[in-house]
Amino acid sequence: MTADATGEATGDATRGHGRFGTDAPPPQGPFPPTEAMLSEPVPGDVARAQEDRLRRVWKTPEGWRYFSDVNNTSVGRWYCLTAFFFMLCAGVLALLMRLQLAVPGNDLLSADRFNQFFTLHGSAMMFLFAVPIFEAVSILILPALLGARDLPFPRLSAYGYWCFLIGGIFVMGSVLFDVAPRSGWFMYPPLATEDEGIGSDIWLLGLSFIEVASIAAAVELIVGVLKCRPPGMRVNLMPLYAWYVLVVGGMILFAFPPLIAGDLLFELERSLDWPFFDAARGGDPVLWQHLFWIFGHPEVYIVFLPSIALAAMIVPTAARRPILGYSWIVLSAVGTGFLSFGLWVHHMFTTGLPTLSLGFFSAASEAVVIPTGVQLFAFVATLMAGRVKMSLPMLWIAGALAIFTAGGLTGVMVAIAPFDWQVHDTYFIVAHLHYTLFGGMVFPVIGGVYYFFPVITGKELSNRLGRWAFWLIFAGFNLAFLPMHLTGLKGMPRRVFTYPGDLGLNWLNLVSTVASFVIAAGFAVFLWDLLRPKGSRRTPRNPYDAGTLEWSQSPEGETWGVRSIPYIHTRYPLWQQERILERMDAGRYYLPDAEAGQRETIITSVIDARPLQVLRLSGPTWVTMLAALFTGGTFILPTFKMYAPALICGVLAAMTVLYWLWTATARIPERETVDAGLGLKLPVYVSGSGSVGWWAMWITMLGDSTAFASLVFGVFFYWTARSDYPPPGSDHADPWLAGAALAAALLSWGLTLVARGLNRRRRRGARLALAAALPATMAAGAALFYALRLPGLDPVTHVYPASMWVLVVWAGAHLGLGLVMQGYCLAGLTFGRITPRHDAPMWNVSLYWHFLALTMLVTVATLAVVPRVM
Amino acid sequence: MPQDGPQAGPRRAAPWCRLLGAFLAAALLSACDGPQSVLVPAGEDASQIDRLFRVMLVGAIVLWLGMNGLFYFITRRYTGAISRRRAEAVILGGGVALPVVVITALLVWGLSIMPDQRAPGDGLRVRIVGEQFWWRVEYWPEGAEAPVVSANELRLPVGQRSEILLDSADVIHAFWIPALGGKMDMIPGRTNRMTLAPTEAGTFRGACTEFCGLSHALMALNAVTLEEPDFDAWLAAEAGPARAAEGPGRDLFFREGCGACHALRGTPAQGAVGPDLTHLGSRTSLASGILPMTAEALAGWIRDPQAAKPGAEMPAYDHLTEDELATLAAWLEGLE
Repeated sequence: MTADATGEATGDATRGHGRFGTDAPPPQGPFPPTEAMLSEPVPGDVARAQEDRLRRVWKTPEGWRYFSDVNNTSVGRWYCLTAFFFMLCAGVLALLMRLQLAVPGNDLLSADRFNQFFTLHGSAMMFLFAVPIFEAVSILILPALLGARDLPFPRLSAYGYWCFLIGGIFVMGSVLFDVAPRSGWFMYPPLATEDEGIGSDIWLLGLSFIEVASIAAAVELIVGVLKCRPPGMRVNLMPLYAWYVLVVGGMILFAFPPLIAGDLLFELERSLDWPFFDAARGGDPVLWQHLFWIFGHPEVYIVFLPSIALAAMIVPTAARRPILGYSWIVLSAVGTGFLSFGLWVHHMFTTGLPTLSLGFFSAASEAVVIPTGVQLFAFVATLMAGRVKMSLPMLWIAGALAIFTAGGLTGVMVAIAPFDWQVHDTYFIVAHLHYTLFGGMVFPVIGGVYYFFPVITGKELSNRLGRWAFWLIFAGFNLAFLPMHLTGLKGMPRRVFTYPGDLGLNWLNLVSTVASFVIAAGFAVFLWDLLRPKGSRRTPRNPYDAGTLEWSQSPEGETWGVRSIPYIHTRYPLWQQERILERMDAGRYYLPDAEAGQRETIITSVIDARPLQVLRLSGPTWVTMLAALFTGGTFILPTFKMYAPALICGVLAAMTVLYWLWTATARIPERETVDAGLGLKLPVYVSGSGSVGWWAMWITMLGDSTAFASLVFGVFFYWTARSDYPPPGSDHADPWLAGAALAAALLSWGLTLVARGLNRRRRRGARLALAAALPATMAAGAALFYALRLPGLDPVTHVYPASMWVLVVWAGAHLGLGLVMQGYCLAGLTFGRITPRHDAPMWNVSLYWHFLALTMLVTVATLAVVPRVM
Repeated sequence: MPQDGPQAGPRRAAPWCRLLGAFLAAALLSACDGPQSVLVPAGEDASQIDRLFRVMLVGAIVLWLGMNGLFYFITRRYTGAISRRRAEAVILGGGVALPVVVITALLVWGLSIMPDQRAPGDGLRVRIVGEQFWWRVEYWPEGAEAPVVSANELRLPVGQRSEILLDSADVIHAFWIPALGGKMDMIPGRTNRMTLAPTEAGTFRGACTEFCGLSHALMALNAVTLEEPDFDAWLAAEAGPARAAEGPGRDLFFREGCGACHALRGTPAQGAVGPDLTHLGSRTSLASGILPMTAEALAGWIRDPQAAKPGAEMPAYDHLTEDELATLAAWLEGLE
């Protein structure tokens, strides 16, 4: 097939231009490229000069400066290794727990230590391994899958990584000091709220910190998939892995915020005694369970779907044909994502909810079988329609299938509420969840490591060691966890540090313990294979003869990713686009050069992937690490009640981030357009809806609004669940002050929009409008505060004032952030960082203020109107 | 299209198959019984769920073998390539049609038994309050004005459906007697309601299944099911005052202030902090299902409750001499 065989006439790149907010010069030149353009050779001396420039620009810093790198290949590697390290730590905890449970009445571990271990085992596997490894692998390979040079915000990736490292060490390290959290990874109040010691705070603050980093990475990945695809790669041509990144990123965006909102309520109860979960003062411990599982169930699919995505890349290669049922797989992935938000109550089947809602959630839980089945059978069908060549990665996928289907089938059983009443919180569930997670996560991920290792390092892992690791882990896993089904049915509850010897559980537990060390031996083999020196010989490019773009990575260990960014019009370009590798290597496609001496990648349109912009990427820096350190201090120091140093850290973190934004984002370029290759001229600076920053803001604010919605959900939950909400005779917020707060916030919002418009039209007064917006924002915050303060609503007395105050705290913090943004724009206008043409920050800040105006509207309505109606 | 690469895999017989087979056989042969087993039901609810489970288990094994057998066949044995149309039929048949049929049938059956499991009781109500780490038990026979208070053991009549009301005094616990039926949480600020209908007389063990702190693993209880006349006789005796014989044991009990926390009906001991001890000696276990009801176990418990149950609120009475402990324990054991 040839490049112009799509039947699409070569048109003009300006088509479809004129997006909302974009004032950049339109792309100029032919697009898509013709076969004639692509077959024109590149002169050798030109190519060599380009290569030199690219090499210089994309050079990885050496020596200790290596850790200032922000490129996705470096950050992705650190991220993967760190997540893997935390997995090993959590695995060691599991082995110690198995030793304690080897015989009844054992006293190897004390009850307290055992409780710390299982709490940390679950928390670390979920928050420090399962979710981060998805983001780590995606950061590492997504640009390669898309033929991009890097993700749109390399420094954000680096910042997220350093946050993850600091938070992970903090949480994981607590076990060494015997102060680890010990109330279970689900942290149910009142046990966890009343827990003495700092364990619960470590969990709440340390993991909130990591959740923020996870959301940052999700935003990065979503924007990466939407905007960094190669020219021509329309959404229906994306590799399936990219679709899954989109779905899972979206799920993180909507699943983590409810937990963050829950964490906020929880920490307010622990630190300030606001009684959100205290039944004696109108609170309800069940609210936490809802918030936790609205996060916790999608979390399961956040962990599972990326592994299906890996299988979706490995299976077509093994079948040696394109995947069958591409659109069904995509629909199923999206469907699974949606459904996963409607199942959380199946973790709460025994809390005494009405049978009607149990029936609904039983049915919804069973319904997930359908999209999951479609995805699995699409792989089966692809293998049937192809001529299969087994490989080591496929072996891991086969093992994954064997284990996952067993876990899925027990899942079908426990989704039936009455059966769950028997096995809930027993070892049957321990077996079920490990079957789904090993089959739906561990095996595919290791298979993925074996598969993608040559893409990442240019070396291959050992086939022989890989088979040893597989059979050890596979056999050990089944020997350890299959008996646990019976252990649970014979009555062993979860989270017990010991059990009596006369329940018939002794042999079952002993077998599980012995087998757990077989699993460990398998991991040791895998670890050795991963880390052993592999010599200098590089494997041939594309050893599995795969069809997707990541296998085009430069073979000689060049750090630029792709030599030139190709024009894509098929799903499996290496199979279906003739001579594509040769032309990419020759620099025949887009961005073959780095003339400006800066890191660049191409930004395309969301649906059609028409080239829109050459994005300048930021290079190595220490500022991200510094920002992560200060952010870490802000989260970690309150654990030890060091509120003043935490505040100082917070201010320093904000200043570092502002410095980072000021010096490295939306820089005014030395020229408006650059030559992107193949006769295409693209703008360098874009503002409004065409820019990646605007998309990132949009996506972040969706997550932010979800957290806010969770807090509002709390108000309505109390209203429906408690008869004393609001308590009879209670005072309410002052409606006049609340109204004034809303008016001031709307005024500030309007002034921000006016400032943007005046600046764009080169009129005077933009700075004046912003300067006037600042006091309006402050007035809004003050009025909101006094709306509750003047009537004397005390958050410690009852959950009603506490739930009102938390909305005010949330809105107030966002007003504070809005104030900083307005100040940033004012400074930008004053010091020439923002001009009428280069006004991206103004658009992003306006977008933030749209959301803030909505937040204020809902807050004021909930404060001043809703309680009077209740 | 790509050609053969360096990664052709060998076709080895899987050794784990044989291991797994041997293990499964052993597991099936070994009894499923035990005092806390779901698989040996002694109540209507547990029997109904047991039937459901056995059918689901057979179905799951068939489906597992089908799916993985198919996968093994197409990746290891089958060398041809089927047409695209047929392959797409596989996706729809296996991914949509099959699950819809199986799940619909399962939901209709599984959800239809829910109302039975929550059927109203026949008269007796038992209120159980979970505390760290023991159970307060109150019997409310039909029409009763005040409860018969007991602790750490549940007695129910066979052939009747009794209503269980579940509360918590501190953190979330869960109440579960596997042989009788499913479990239900005990949540502070809420009262949950469930019913149980034992069909056989016997002693069955139960446990707290919601993690409730340091000694969650040590919060169990025995459920004793009795034929109706036996139950009525037992309840009448249980409602009576403590048979607290005069003597050195009783003197020790009051001298050490045990009555500040524990109640002995009919004596000045009216404490309500710890478990009611009125008929302690007639219970089948001590310290909520973790120790036998013997004088030795009682003496050891009183000397150092923390050793048997970390985090228990009862203080240690290790200043008592062995003789005193033995005297007190023997007296307590006599409270039948």
